Amino acid sequence: MTHLAQLAQELDQIFVLAAHWLLSYLPAALQPLCSAILSVAAIIIVFATLFALTTWLERKGLGRMQNRYGPNRVGPFGMLQPIADGVKSLTKEDIVPITADHAVHFLAPVLLVTASFMDYAVLPIGRNMVLVNLNAGVLFFFAIGSMMELAVFMAGWSSRSKYTLLGAMRAIAQMISYEVPLVLASIVVIMQAGSLSTVSIVNMQATYSGIWPHWFVFTPWGFAGFVLFMVAATAESNRSPFDLPEGESEIIAGYYTEYSGFKFALFFLGEYIGMFATSGMAITLFLGGWSAPFSFLTWVPSYVWFFAKLLAIISVFIWIRGTLPRLRMDQLMNLAWEFMLPMTLLNLLTAGIWHFMPAGSSRWLVCSTMVVVPCILLSRGLKHRKKFQVRTYHYSE
Amino acid sequence: MVGEGILKGMAETARNFFGSFVSKDRLTTVQYPEERELQIEAARDFPFLVYDGADWQQGMRCVACQICEKECPPKCIFIEKSKDKKPDANGKPQFYPAVFNIDISVCMSCQICVEVCPFDAIKMNVDYNLSTDDRFAGLLLNKQRLSKSNDYYRKIHPTEATAVDARLAEERARQKAKAKSAAEAKAAAEARLTTTAVQPASGEPR
Amino acid sequence: MTASFMILALLTVAGMAAAMGLRNAVHCVLALTVGFAGVAALYLQLGAQFVGLTQIMVYVGAVAILAVFAIMMTHSPEPVKQPAFSSQWFVGGIVAASVFAVLAWAIHSNAAFTQGLPPQPEVTVHQIGDALMHHFVLQLEIMGLLLTAALIGAVVIAMGHEEEMK
Repeated sequence: MTHLAQLAQELDQIFVLAAHWLLSYLPAALQPLCSAILSVAAIIIVFATLFALTTWLERKGLGRMQNRYGPNRVGPFGMLQPIADGVKSLTKEDIVPITADHAVHFLAPVLLVTASFMDYAVLPIGRNMVLVNLNAGVLFFFAIGSMMELAVFMAGWSSRSKYTLLGAMRAIAQMISYEVPLVLASIVVIMQAGSLSTVSIVNMQATYSGIWPHWFVFTPWGFAGFVLFMVAATAESNRSPFDLPEGESEIIAGYYTEYSGFKFALFFLGEYIGMFATSGMAITLFLGGWSAPFSFLTWVPSYVWFFAKLLAIISVFIWIRGTLPRLRMDQLMNLAWEFMLPMTLLNLLTAGIWHFMPAGSSRWLVCSTMVVVPCILLSRGLKHRKKFQVRTYHYSE
Repeated sequence: MVGEGILKGMAETARNFFGSFVSKDRLTTVQYPEERELQIEAARDFPFLVYDGADWQQGMRCVACQICEKECPPKCIFIEKSKDKKPDANGKPQFYPAVFNIDISVCMSCQICVEVCPFDAIKMNVDYNLSTDDRFAGLLLNKQRLSKSNDYYRKIHPTEATAVDARLAEERARQKAKAKSAAEAKAAAEARLTTTAVQPASGEPR
Repeated sequence: MTASFMILALLTVAGMAAAMGLRNAVHCVLALTVGFAGVAALYLQLGAQFVGLTQIMVYVGAVAILAVFAIMMTHSPEPVKQPAFSSQWFVGGIVAASVFAVLAWAIHSNAAFTQGLPPQPEVTVHQIGDALMHHFVLQLEIMGLLLTAALIGAVVIAMGHEEEMK
């Protein structure tokens, strides 16, 4: 039995041990640098592969939801489609508009991809598998996330096209609006954990009472926070139904209309990598990071759980994209400021009350009521105010 | 409550997702190169030139009147009229197109060239397998590549082709009758002339 | 003075210099953002994670975007025709040099400069919250009041047009 436990533990730490083994062949002076390079390379390779897999999964899933096959020509079940796409985008002509601001036009995709990959520095992918355990890890995540807006602006502005500029303005308006509920939704976890470090947040959740884990999602405020976080994350990563910044029917491809070839692929990559990172943050904050869902499943390696949860969230993203139509700009803003923001603020209050009430069913009752009743009231309020009238615009008068 | 419609929609997409694995009838896709959907008779894509008989150069109906070239909205037809005349399928000497090109990368399949052609020489094709690795020469169809026999036309558009054939046959019969009566009238006139004065035969019979 | 400090300091100074020297206003803001990021990186290098990351979040994420939009909406994209150096550059240089001299003197006369830094304390969220809610509560409240006033002002300005329409 102990032998098996040992094996499970070794399997859990196999990548950590492998890295140590590799580094032991290097001189001590080089070890910190090489360790960093190794970890970064591993993260880039793993998540770029996941990106390729996700594009295939997404096309397959959307196809099936629309009663189509999806890609099925390249390789078995079309699995090599991402490689074909990659070759295509690499061999395509890279067109830069003649009026574009060349330096900024070039830097925008680079900044976007760099920023989205930097998010992974604080995500604990498995037990002892985090690039840097920052004291302010969650803050780091949101700080880097806000850098993406700058990349989006640079892309939209430097292309000197009305579509890209409109796309960039939409994207930034949306990202700034939804960053508020995104951060506020995650603050409940920080309040409860008393730490900004992602590692200690996960460690707090990786304990069990009976067979049940102490994930934050299994509390009223945690559940509400998780849902709000995921809605805001969908908007933040510009995914359907919040894909106004690249609304094809109106503004072609939004802020990256004027990009082609590999730079276009970089934007695509950056967007997906950003989506994975936000999903990974949701997992870290609410779904217990790498911890197993039941105490008797802890022998499964921790990174397996992380990626299983990530794939589950990605599937839900794809499912949502296959279902919902795009929102209008005013609907988008109303949702952010009239529903999400009050709900996140109420959720903060709920988390505080949960913290100070004695454990037991009474705090469950109080906190659930505090989340559910305002949610119903707010949604009814939003529904009843729906008036259909001729819309007039400020500047059309 | 907010979210009710979302859940309904998600149930619907989930049903489609799993249903598409279970029942083949749901799938609307045709796996193109292997299986092909039957085209309806009125299908059309790009124009082609009809010729009668076996030889495409001999039987070409086009007389290079250039109406289609003038009418073509995107100007994808280019015709060069011949200097000499060649007998057409009826044996009547006609001009013929020395060059007849259609750029199908420009063509918009409007069928106006077909509508305006007084000789039923240009018709719409149904062949859509036109992809090529040469985007300039590969999509600029010349006279030879445009020529298709009347049998082919009958095969792809049976109803239309029968009507056209009937019309052409009627036209030819009428012309023949006209030519005959003209010849008869001429013969009668000549006979009348010969009775009054002896005159050498002039010109060749038309 | 480590190599990383040198790189970050050079980046910051170069970014700020470019922000003053570049001809295109949007380029200037982007260069300024590089400067902000450099300053944030310097904070991080000193171990002040909370301040450094907040600097990135507020200055790179919000202030730069705001500045860039303000410039984009009001300026023509064509570069200005005025020369890069104003006629009073000499006066400006003297002011800048004197400010630098005062700061350098203040830092140099500080005890920490000669004795070396005290060991860095491990700052927790709890401590930050404590400091904000006990020690600096008045400042925090004043900031809150100021921001609320700004917010209300923005709403009032935005609502003014609707009143005119009615």
